[in-house]
Amino acid sequence: MLTPREIELRLDRILLKVAKPGRYVGGEVNITVKDWHAARTRVALVFPEIYDIGVSNVGLKILYDQVNQREDALAERAYAPWLDMEAQMRANGIPLYSLESFRPLAEFDIIGFSLPYETLYTNTLNVLDLAGIPVLSAERTITHPIIIAGGHAATNPEPMHRFIDAFVIGEGEEVIHDIITVVQQFPKTALDSEREHLGAGGRENMLRALARIPGVYVPRFYRIHYRDDGTVAHTEALVEGIASPVVKRVVAKLPPPPTRFIVPNIEVVHNRVSVEIMRGCTRGCRFCQAGMITRPVRERPVAEIVAAAAEAIRTSGFEELALISLSSSDYTDVLELVTAIGERFAGRHLIVSLPSLRIETVSVDLMEKLRARRAGGFTLAPEAATERMRRIINKFIPDEDILNTTREIYRRGWTTIKLYFMIGHPSETLEDVRAIAELCKRVIAEGRKVLGGKAKLHAGVSTFVPKPQTPFQWVSCDTPDQIAAKQDLLKRELRDRSIKLSWTEPEVTMHEAWLSRGDRRLADVIYTAWQHGAKFDAWGGQLHYETWLAAFAEHGLDPAFYTQRQRRTDEVFPWEHISAAVRKDFLFQDFRMSLEGEIRVDCRQQCFACGILPTFNNLRRENRGEVWKCPDVPVRLATGVQLPVSVAAD
Amino acid sequence: MRLRITFAKQGALRYTGQIDLHRIWERSARRSDLPLAYSRGFHPQPKIQLAAALPLGFSSRCEVVDLRLERDIPLDGLIERLQSAVPPGLTILSVEQEDESVPALGTLIESAEYEVTLLGKVSLADLRAKIGDLQAAASLLRERREKRYDLRPLIENLDISPLDPQVIRMRLAAREGATGRPDEILAELGIPLEDARVERTRLIIRESQP
Repeated sequence: MLTPREIELRLDRILLKVAKPGRYVGGEVNITVKDWHAARTRVALVFPEIYDIGVSNVGLKILYDQVNQREDALAERAYAPWLDMEAQMRANGIPLYSLESFRPLAEFDIIGFSLPYETLYTNTLNVLDLAGIPVLSAERTITHPIIIAGGHAATNPEPMHRFIDAFVIGEGEEVIHDIITVVQQFPKTALDSEREHLGAGGRENMLRALARIPGVYVPRFYRIHYRDDGTVAHTEALVEGIASPVVKRVVAKLPPPPTRFIVPNIEVVHNRVSVEIMRGCTRGCRFCQAGMITRPVRERPVAEIVAAAAEAIRTSGFEELALISLSSSDYTDVLELVTAIGERFAGRHLIVSLPSLRIETVSVDLMEKLRARRAGGFTLAPEAATERMRRIINKFIPDEDILNTTREIYRRGWTTIKLYFMIGHPSETLEDVRAIAELCKRVIAEGRKVLGGKAKLHAGVSTFVPKPQTPFQWVSCDTPDQIAAKQDLLKRELRDRSIKLSWTEPEVTMHEAWLSRGDRRLADVIYTAWQHGAKFDAWGGQLHYETWLAAFAEHGLDPAFYTQRQRRTDEVFPWEHISAAVRKDFLFQDFRMSLEGEIRVDCRQQCFACGILPTFNNLRRENRGEVWKCPDVPVRLATGVQLPVSVAAD
Repeated sequence: MRLRITFAKQGALRYTGQIDLHRIWERSARRSDLPLAYSRGFHPQPKIQLAAALPLGFSSRCEVVDLRLERDIPLDGLIERLQSAVPPGLTILSVEQEDESVPALGTLIESAEYEVTLLGKVSLADLRAKIGDLQAAASLLRERREKRYDLRPLIENLDISPLDPQVIRMRLAAREGATGRPDEILAELGIPLEDARVERTRLIIRESQP
């Protein structure tokens, strides 16, 4: 294998031939470079997208810090090279390397992939290939790193089961240490004699040990049995002592957030400090996978957020602070938080963004606090524009609230409002879609009353894809023609110089839809598509739709089986053996309610027994009080007597 | 207060351009808690002046930047403070206070000296001959960004280092509208850029005339 010095020499010869060579050389402020030889376990963390997009990912930053804080381990980073760089690397024998030390990825003990969405799958295969590591898990030996992956897409890991050795389900902060502990028991560099002691199947034994860690899913130890109609009959665990279902891991209390952010030397997508203020969501929107799988809600205390933000700004020199969560205005002390931030940074030029605001809880007070440090537009997400659709998706915000809120926003100096809508929901008609256009016109009309021609509206209309572990996991997806017809309607209706409309190409939506609810057989499709050049599928113009269709055909699979098929009520899903701790019954009941247009209120107000609480009973007991938004559980005294729970009035 | 900082730009920073460098200085100043002065208006810009943009891929031992501060601060310990705030690859060489009346940095630079280390094997005789040809030429017509220009008058000095036959030294004009680039010299000598490593070694700054 090439040494770091050899890699650097080869890079020097080719870097001026590619766009933005700064992507490939590291050397940023706030990276951690530890002594390679002093570390017992070396972890490479990979975001399988280009540097510009991956470098600011907070999830990987959290793991980077967790691993580097250990004395016996180190973590370094790698990203997917863009097409021009990949060509140069392949032509010049440069394997994919880490940015901290230019070490080939193949020299690491563990490679951890972040998989936030399905369109990164082919990039993941490509990264492994560029690293010189067998793309298929079955072909790897004890000399190869262990390949793990986590992230929201891992809630249905099945399409990637042939390529990833072990999936992390849920939150990674604690389980990464469990994984390192196991890997340390099976050293790669073991001599042959030692390897015999480990057993002829050294790697197999290590994977077995990993499979016993709660929250870790090792696909090779499960077999899927199919019915004649192609759906899943059941999943069989092949060894003893492994979980089925594999239940996600959660941290009881959010650990201290990162405070030293990596500062790129080149221009990238996000140039800001991000502090996570809350994890989870209680709204229960039926289309939303993130809201369903990141429960329970755990909030960070205001003081901790402010201190972390201050330290992060001081050590990075960034000019922007983002306070992030799935539904930030639902954060209990949001006004207090924004006030405290304002005071802490008084007199300093700092932009504060609070994305993911909920229309119902965006108060005039909150707008007032945000206006001084605003930049760019104000974003809200109504999603649907008719009462019927709002009830179906369980995101019920009346037109009047939307109009009032947007008017107040325009009044306070924001000239651009961005509204997110979603088309393609179950039972949606063209009338429902037309209502989106009508609502946009009413919003811009209000804006013009306040700001005249300066008022702008950006309507971001995405296309709904049914996701696993949600109430809509049973539904059929719109066909590309149906989607195109709806988009054409919107394009016709929204011809206005002050309105900008953006949408997703139907083919891109189909690609996501195939993979979201895919089963194990999709692994062959992904592999074939990648072999025929599929990569960077998320990029406009890069999706090789025909290549994917050909891959489906080659394996005798019909893409429509995964998309335009209403699931049976009692259907066993390909991800059934992976649990986000939200009961299938709960999801099905919610689905039935959606058919009747019945809504469910925010579960801060009323617990609907989704399944989180029984699963994490003990964790809840150890973390009583308001920071967890699930109801408190009774305290069990040593005598076995249960104290009554006082229910806080809301 | 006007600070003039000289610094080396090496390592990974070879692959950052002028705009990136500007931003690096802005953030480094913030991390060092320097009271950077900003321009007025709708989009306040930090008062940072770089000069003589260094092409991508070259390193330098002699870069200069002027920072304007809102108020005076002591110079003691500034080098250490800045050094701990800048990215690896940036080495602070000196920090001095500059008189406000001195003209803008960009207008003061006359020429730049470079050392080009050849990575491959080159015949010394061959190289000498080619350099001789360049020096003897009355003009060297080239095109840059669709504009024709003569490279010859921009070459102020060109020879092989007496200390190392693998190193070519050159001094090229570096004024507004009349700038010679080392990669152009290499092109004229028939040496591919990837076979060379280029480092800027000196900026010749015109001293202000009374």
